[in-house]
Amino acid sequence: MGGSLLTLFTWAVGLVFVSPVLWLVLTAFKHENQAATDPPTVVFRPTLDRFTAVLDADFLPYLGNSLIATLASTLLVLLLGLPAAYALSVAPVKRTKDVLFFFISTKMLPVVAVVVPIYVAAARLSMLDNIWTLVVLYTAMNLPIAVWMLRSFFLEVPVAIVEAARVEGAGLPRVLWSVMLPVMAPGIAATALICMIFAWNEFFFAVNLTAAQAATVPVFLTGFITSEGLFVAQLSAAAVMASVPIVVVGWFAQGQLVRGLSMGAVK
Amino acid sequence: MRPIPRPGRPAALRLAAVAATGLLLTGCAGADTATTDGDDTRLVVAIVSNPQMQDAMSLESEFRKQHPGIEVDFVSLPENEARAKITTSVATGGGEFDAVMISNYETRQWAEYGWLENLQPRIDASEDYDARDFIPSIREDLSYEGDMYSVPFYGESSFVAYREDLFERAGVEMPENPTWDEIAELASELDGIEPGVSGICMRGLAGWGEMLSPFNSILHTFGGRWYDEDWNAELDSPEFQRAADFYVDLVREHGQPGAANSGFGDCLNHYAQGRAAMFYDSTSMVSTIEDDNASTVAGENGYAPAPVAETDYGGWLYTWTLGIPSTSEHPEEAWEFLEWMTDKDYVRLVGEEYGWQRVPPGNRLSTFEIPEYREAASDYADPMLRGIEEADPGDPGTRPVPYEGIGFLAIPEFQDLGTRVSQQLSAAIAGQVTTEEALAQSQEYARTVGETYRENER
Amino acid sequence: MSAVTTPRRRSAATERARGWKRRAPLLPALVFVLLVTQLPFLATLVYSLRSWNLLRPDSRMWVGLANYTSVLTDAQFLGAALNTVLITASCVLVAMALGIGLALLLDRGFVGRGVVRTLVITPFLVLPVATALLWKHIMFEPVFGLVNFLLSPFGAGDVDWISQSPVFSVVVALVWQWTPFMTLLVLAGLQSQSRDVLEAGAADGASRWQMFTWITLPHLRRYIELGVLLGSIYVVNTFDTIYMMTQGGPGTASANLPFYIYQRTFLGFDIGQSAAMGVVVVVGTIVVALLALRLIFRTFMSTQEAAT
Repeated sequence: MGGSLLTLFTWAVGLVFVSPVLWLVLTAFKHENQAATDPPTVVFRPTLDRFTAVLDADFLPYLGNSLIATLASTLLVLLLGLPAAYALSVAPVKRTKDVLFFFISTKMLPVVAVVVPIYVAAARLSMLDNIWTLVVLYTAMNLPIAVWMLRSFFLEVPVAIVEAARVEGAGLPRVLWSVMLPVMAPGIAATALICMIFAWNEFFFAVNLTAAQAATVPVFLTGFITSEGLFVAQLSAAAVMASVPIVVVGWFAQGQLVRGLSMGAVK
Repeated sequence: MRPIPRPGRPAALRLAAVAATGLLLTGCAGADTATTDGDDTRLVVAIVSNPQMQDAMSLESEFRKQHPGIEVDFVSLPENEARAKITTSVATGGGEFDAVMISNYETRQWAEYGWLENLQPRIDASEDYDARDFIPSIREDLSYEGDMYSVPFYGESSFVAYREDLFERAGVEMPENPTWDEIAELASELDGIEPGVSGICMRGLAGWGEMLSPFNSILHTFGGRWYDEDWNAELDSPEFQRAADFYVDLVREHGQPGAANSGFGDCLNHYAQGRAAMFYDSTSMVSTIEDDNASTVAGENGYAPAPVAETDYGGWLYTWTLGIPSTSEHPEEAWEFLEWMTDKDYVRLVGEEYGWQRVPPGNRLSTFEIPEYREAASDYADPMLRGIEEADPGDPGTRPVPYEGIGFLAIPEFQDLGTRVSQQLSAAIAGQVTTEEALAQSQEYARTVGETYRENER
Repeated sequence: MSAVTTPRRRSAATERARGWKRRAPLLPALVFVLLVTQLPFLATLVYSLRSWNLLRPDSRMWVGLANYTSVLTDAQFLGAALNTVLITASCVLVAMALGIGLALLLDRGFVGRGVVRTLVITPFLVLPVATALLWKHIMFEPVFGLVNFLLSPFGAGDVDWISQSPVFSVVVALVWQWTPFMTLLVLAGLQSQSRDVLEAGAADGASRWQMFTWITLPHLRRYIELGVLLGSIYVVNTFDTIYMMTQGGPGTASANLPFYIYQRTFLGFDIGQSAAMGVVVVVGTIVVALLALRLIFRTFMSTQEAAT
């Protein structure tokens, strides 16, 4: 295949692959009676009505909750994960392997096996339907992967510059802050991005532990499926609005994403 | 639009402090879920997202006008999901909800366990709230030891809606009191009369509150039963088999596409979009299918009583009700909301705001006397009221049973048992297993449950 | 494996103090994860030995291993376990195969490469709940769905995908969601390949296919392993896609373990039994994970340990 043919082919494959998303976005701009037709409606006058309807359905509180859960849990992951990853890489402790293994193994436990105790505990502490419950859980959910990724970034930092700083008498916090952080910034960004994606998209805890006050965007989507009349366009608009924040973040940070994931592979 | 409701700032500050000092996050466990914004009381109400409830959600501003100090947040979910959340919360004392939507299935059981507020004192104390006006069969079903523990938002029996225009075109007629055999014949006659129109539309989604409601009503009129008087499971009996075969075959052959995944909402949609010639389901369907805004077939429909086989009467009795969990921190305010949503005035409000087809039907006798409603509902008001009044949950079939209920069995295990059996039948509708296989497996589930009752009785 | 060797002469006390100083940064994270993940699991262990039906408050008592007996004889539990393996394996493998393909296509300079890469990663970023709704209500819908519309010229446009092939439908949605993740990983691997080796290979007259199988694939091995590992960890716990698309149905045909246990817990309300299921799954997962992790860690850690 010639170069331009291959380029054309690549474009075609990319477009076909993403076409469900494109169709979803298209549908969100339709009137309900154009959304489900046979054959599908392609030419239509776009409307923003579905989006305003979603906003009218009190979408913003959910968005706010999702933002809090995502940002706060990611921040906490970094606060807890950076020192841990440091301990596991630059100044390894005994049984590093076991600790890493333990972290990763918690990711393999099915969350469904612990949801009842968590529900009961949250009920006792009056923490049901409270966004900070989700923050705690999302932190625990993302911490293992973050420690694992961050550790490989720490290993990337040349030992020489750390030792040089130490010789100059810099304490550990200073070494961390002004020597290692700048080198690791892209890696930290990649880790944060991964954590944000998974926190934003989390559904199981959100649906089981929240009700009205702390419900996040994925829960909003389930509540949006009503039985009244036509709803595909409406649903599409809601789905688009629920996805946009993290999609945009992901688009802008895709370079970091590639880098972050690949480093996890090398080290 | 409301601002982001919670968490309040104090919790945020505390958390920031906690995080900054690197302490364990569990420190913020004490951050209480403030249930008030300033002086307002916030009620959290869990409801099922059926059309009538959606209307109540949109009318909440009216409630606010009358009760300026109370704000209501709704959690609205499809039936299966709502039931999972509400039951878990009430049974474990989760306390997230100040009012919950339940049904005549839960009310008495939960009242007995002390999970619900006794509403009778509040009902008696309220001057205008005329509880005597509730249809007697429904009031009875919501009372435990003479006191009401939940109040009905709407009541339903079942009947058949059919498209008069399509019947005319096909040159067929709906009998006055159809039998199920006649319905099956009509379904095959009308199937595909227009492209994309199925003969009949019936629920096939697993979930005891979904497909088992119509199925159980058919089972009982076919003379089948889940248990004999001694709690011996009879899911492998010829009568049960016949009813299951009938249901599965009818839906498979002449039902809507995707039947195994369609619940009440999907069926409602399907019929309201003109994609089925008949629809056997809850009488509450009329609020949607006779509403011009939600339906393309408004005004085209005829109604026939629930079809029968061996019994004289084939409908179920069900009612969506509102109760207050005993864990609610605001029972006073919650009652004010319940009172508003189940009052005579609410019926008028919906009638005037959205049209008289849309009022939540079948809870109050007085609704049937409102002239505007009588006129708007002339085609179906009488069959509906008759359906609800005649349904006898104490004697659902042709033979005695040890349980109560038509569309369900009023025993705690039925949530589990019903879910499992409905999964089997739904799989049969999808063609994943045969009806025989589905019932053989179901019989096992039912036998286990029956045994615990036999042991208890000994 | 310590990076800095300490002189052996130090007293035991200082040694210990140093050890704690080193461990200190690790502790908050470790304690946090222990508290949030292991404590609830202990509670689950206790629940699994008790009879507790939420709807019969009078039913709570110790029952020993009875819950485990009924779990291990529950045919549907075994079915759900099989589904879990089937869904996870097929999703991860197919997504990886597609991911390698896409990555190879993207690993050359061409007009609009950035745009195409952006398009391709999008499905991974879309909310999984939205993805499930998209496939259920827009793609696989039996009457108006796009899939049936596209198939209709071939005379196959009358399939009720979600009812007739529920597991297949779920896998399609999951593969679509996870392929970008695999693509990104493999792409990173391809880009880290040293050009020298490839050029040397080309100079030696190796064909493209030979270069791919002899040079590129071995180089990619770690990236692929990492993709399979991370993919499996997440896909095995899939809940939202099944919840939104099929509800595990028809019947329990498409229920995986997380969804089946969820149903037993929140629709059956038999807490004792669902806790026992959870414990069985955890034990099973640990066994599988031990094997898998040891394998993967051997490849990852050995090179690194050799380096330090």
